[in-house]
Amino acid sequence: MEKNINITVKVWRQNGPKEKGRFETHKVNNVSIDTSFLEMLDILNEQLINENKEPVAFDHDCREGICGMCSLYINGRPHGPDDDVTTCQLHMRKFKDGQTVTIEPWRSAAFPVIKDLIVDRRAFDKIIAAGGYVSVNTGGIPDANSIGIPKADADEAMDSASCIGCGACVAACKNGSAMLFVSAKVSHLAMLPQGRIEGARRAKAMVAKMDELGFGNCTNTGACEVECPKNISLSNIARLNREFLSAKFQD
Amino acid sequence: MSKINARIPEGPLAQKWTDYKDHQKLVNPSNKRKLDIIIVGTGLAGASAAASLGEMGFNVKSFCIQDSPRRAHSIAAQGGINAAKNYPNDGDSVFRLFYDTIKGGDYRAREANVHRLAEVSNSIIDQCVAQGVPFAREYGGLLDNRSFGGAQVSRTFYAKGQTGQQLLLGAYQALMRQVELGSVTMHTRSELVDIVIVDGKARGIIARDLVTGELTRHFAHAVVLATGGYGNTFFLSTNAMGSNGSAIIKAFHKGAMFANPCYVQIHPTCIPVHGEFQSKLTLMSESLRNDGRIWVPKKKEDAEAIRSGKMKPSQLSEEERDYYLERRYPTFGNLVPRDVASRAAKERCDAGFGVGATGLAVYLDFKSSIDRLGQKTIEERYGNLFQMYEKIVDENPYETPMMIYPAIHYVMGGLWVDYELQTNIQGLFCCGEANFSDHGANRLGASALMQGLADGYFVLPYTIQNYLADDIATKRMTTNEPEFTEAENAVKARLEKLKSIQGNRSVDSIHKEFGLVMWDFVGMSRNKKGLQEAIEKIAVIKKEFWTNVRIPGNMTGMNIELEKASRLADFIEIGDLIARDALSREESCGGHFREEYQTPEGEALRKDDLFAYVSCWEFKGNDVAPELHKEELIYESVKMVQRNYK
Amino acid sequence: MSNLLTASIGRKLLMSVSGLFLILFLFVHLTLNSFLLLDGVMGFQKGQLFNAGAHFMATNPFIKVMEPMLALGFIVHIIYSLILTLQNMKARGPQAYASGNKTTGVEWASQNMLVLGIVIFSFLIVHLFDFFMKMRGYIAWTPGEVEFPFFGSMAKGEDVYSLVNATFKVLPIVIIYIIGSVALAFHLAHGFWSSFQTIGWNNTKWMSRLRCISTIVGIVLGGGFTVIALAQYLFF
Repeated sequence: MEKNINITVKVWRQNGPKEKGRFETHKVNNVSIDTSFLEMLDILNEQLINENKEPVAFDHDCREGICGMCSLYINGRPHGPDDDVTTCQLHMRKFKDGQTVTIEPWRSAAFPVIKDLIVDRRAFDKIIAAGGYVSVNTGGIPDANSIGIPKADADEAMDSASCIGCGACVAACKNGSAMLFVSAKVSHLAMLPQGRIEGARRAKAMVAKMDELGFGNCTNTGACEVECPKNISLSNIARLNREFLSAKFQD
Repeated sequence: MSKINARIPEGPLAQKWTDYKDHQKLVNPSNKRKLDIIIVGTGLAGASAAASLGEMGFNVKSFCIQDSPRRAHSIAAQGGINAAKNYPNDGDSVFRLFYDTIKGGDYRAREANVHRLAEVSNSIIDQCVAQGVPFAREYGGLLDNRSFGGAQVSRTFYAKGQTGQQLLLGAYQALMRQVELGSVTMHTRSELVDIVIVDGKARGIIARDLVTGELTRHFAHAVVLATGGYGNTFFLSTNAMGSNGSAIIKAFHKGAMFANPCYVQIHPTCIPVHGEFQSKLTLMSESLRNDGRIWVPKKKEDAEAIRSGKMKPSQLSEEERDYYLERRYPTFGNLVPRDVASRAAKERCDAGFGVGATGLAVYLDFKSSIDRLGQKTIEERYGNLFQMYEKIVDENPYETPMMIYPAIHYVMGGLWVDYELQTNIQGLFCCGEANFSDHGANRLGASALMQGLADGYFVLPYTIQNYLADDIATKRMTTNEPEFTEAENAVKARLEKLKSIQGNRSVDSIHKEFGLVMWDFVGMSRNKKGLQEAIEKIAVIKKEFWTNVRIPGNMTGMNIELEKASRLADFIEIGDLIARDALSREESCGGHFREEYQTPEGEALRKDDLFAYVSCWEFKGNDVAPELHKEELIYESVKMVQRNYK
Repeated sequence: MSNLLTASIGRKLLMSVSGLFLILFLFVHLTLNSFLLLDGVMGFQKGQLFNAGAHFMATNPFIKVMEPMLALGFIVHIIYSLILTLQNMKARGPQAYASGNKTTGVEWASQNMLVLGIVIFSFLIVHLFDFFMKMRGYIAWTPGEVEFPFFGSMAKGEDVYSLVNATFKVLPIVIIYIIGSVALAFHLAHGFWSSFQTIGWNNTKWMSRLRCISTIVGIVLGGGFTVIALAQYLFF
């Protein structure tokens, strides 16, 4: 059952935000195909440390596809050659023996490289801070069942809310647009009565912040939807457009 | 005993919290602005506390090691959150939730804290719904509930298999709202490296900027640790790679008590280990046990044939399978609490009935549920989990049974706190998984989210005021005080020492070796000899680490190996504490199972006359054995009985 | 409404509305062109319908009003596409992916709207020189005067049919028109549904429907112009 492969890793190295980057090539031999992609990088790093070199820096945390910390643009695709997974859930069985694997950081002006494969995604936090919430304080809240919500709406809101904020949408977009991310949050809250109340304000504030931070304009290519590990739908973007435009026309 | 006073309010159990709130000291709005609070960690407890305190008007400084506060590992909780709403009308109540939690914790939790937890549980659901958390709903539009291990009522609220994510995003959004409003300052990719004590009170922290490597000083009138659990001590666990126990250890070094370190929860349904390069374990939600049946082959030959790949599980008939949980626990069956289910799996595998390539796995079979409910229903309930399993293991769980094995999941132990969530260091508070307070020796499913949010939204924001009210006269200090300088210098010296070792081994290779010792000797079942051996082995590993670790890179700039090394040094200390605590607790209770103390049927045997206390360990110096203090557990409202899930 | 056009979605709204307006124009244009297929068959005289149509378009006051609007539509569509594209290139950052783009299941057209637009624009210039400029008298040509039935009576006008027919007898020109039309087809196959998406008139259910309609719009318009040019070359 056990099968091992040898691969060549071509990986982006960059010492700091302002430094010039370059590709470095390493061989990683005898990797079990049941190993996850990040474990393969662990093996590479162990190799590098043993050679007294600096290991490759990459973002990762939960390693079960939910925290959104892992990134990596692998062989032409964000989160690599498998569908509907994050890099941490990608396994080496998706690669062939002898294959060259090219690993790059997310490329987007709004996500500057910090080191090697690590980028700064704080722009997403700033967008959420601009309006991605329901403005309620702790306490003094009516009973949870005092407002009924149709199951279909709750389910759809849940689908939008399952965005993990990894940034693959921006990385996949030829325009470096963050519309899928923004629309997922706007949709999630717009579909629930609790969030509906400040829907107009939210859409305007979040879009304004998104524009200000230098993300590109959506041209509806749909690459984001294809590469989204959580299958966030393009229809969220339509809803965001609707929310934003109707808010603007009401001004 | 003066060092530990739980400061539980007087009065009847159900009235304690109300009375406390009625009489506690408050800080008036104009003074709140003058008070700084540092909150370390942005999981459910940290984010909700930071948001709530920010809303109240305090000046909050929030720290997290990830690139965004939304990444905290609370996000990975799948199953749900408990509350005593009794929406399904199945007889639930605050008392019943309280009782179940005490019983589930094997009578090793503090009554007053647990009752408060049950009391505020309902407010959490209200709060989260108001924030827009998309909990699952019935067709009538009202909230849906499901049942969970260890309970006989359906009191678990859930959002698909991503409840933790949705609750955390709710808290994160509330936090970011305060960041925008200016009441919270966010420090991401910043790690606490020391706590600064001035005149016996916590007055700030030293943080390391993980991008620049710079050490920074931060003052506050009170410091809150919400830094999660130390499960990664074992190297392999379901915790995130970055989860660590360093903040707890820093507090411990400064005099805070470490309570019940040996109470470690092993989760029964994780994907088994596949090889030596495995970096972490993936949890499959406990909710799977609602519809899955756990079994191993009845005959050893069959188990061997399956292990060697000669036989498929589907080839075994019903008579040839041993549904051991249903056999041993007819009443609760596959829904026994986590510790019981985990030990039963280990027992079968140790006896030679395990499956999978390593023999360290049991089956979780959905066939009878699929036959009964149809594949579509199963898909609706667990689709995302099945997909995750298939991606990792490359087998289709609709057709062939899932393989599962227990793994380290959660720690009930943590910093000792009093009723107000304050450690024995004044001004140093601790909430969420990082403290020890509510789960006793074993946590029930869907209670971690409840506790994190209870602490952060509804407990700490009250109790911290009782402390701060006496501190309004304290002016903001500059961080040039000698205590800050001293702390920063100590940190710098320690990091430089680590960096200067320049040995031959990577941090991970030592951590793996250490983790294996922990798992083998201090894991699911423990005995005196093994624990003594573990303490010796840990000392050897500690020495190996401090003389032979290799950290490439520089002190400035991002240096992930340096971060990992610093955390491993702390894990090794925690490992030693876990082993010592496990050795001193000569009984079995909840997540702590001593082989010497079991019933003839192999169940945990508590010794309430001798061990009904919280073990509180006090730091006495590097390489000096810590001192044990005891907080007696007095049960007024429940009677201690042997747990029975038959 | 304030500062709508400084927002990304506001600018895209302009692209979308101008695009839909141009599509509307193309349908009118195609309807008129389709007369070319009927002329000389089904009992009509050669050029009879088309010349009447051209006369109607040239004399109708409504069309006179619409003409500058149309020009404005083109200008807005083009200028904003350039502004947005420049912003997008900046947002993308200077560093390209060394491993390229292997995302599957993305419409080719959607990734190449600017290129398609440039092809269409180049074609448009040729097209304007071929017909519009001549019919308007900006470029000299020698039209014959013909009579044709027009809303029940007879009218006199220029024999634009002959101009079209003669133009489409030259193979290289037909090829240019086919290239332009195919580019148009692809541009619209994405552009049509994309416009609705940008306005916000889309959801999960309508996503596939709109995409289907969009493909049909592309085929009908692009294909229609191609068929007419080819038919003129081959059969008329």
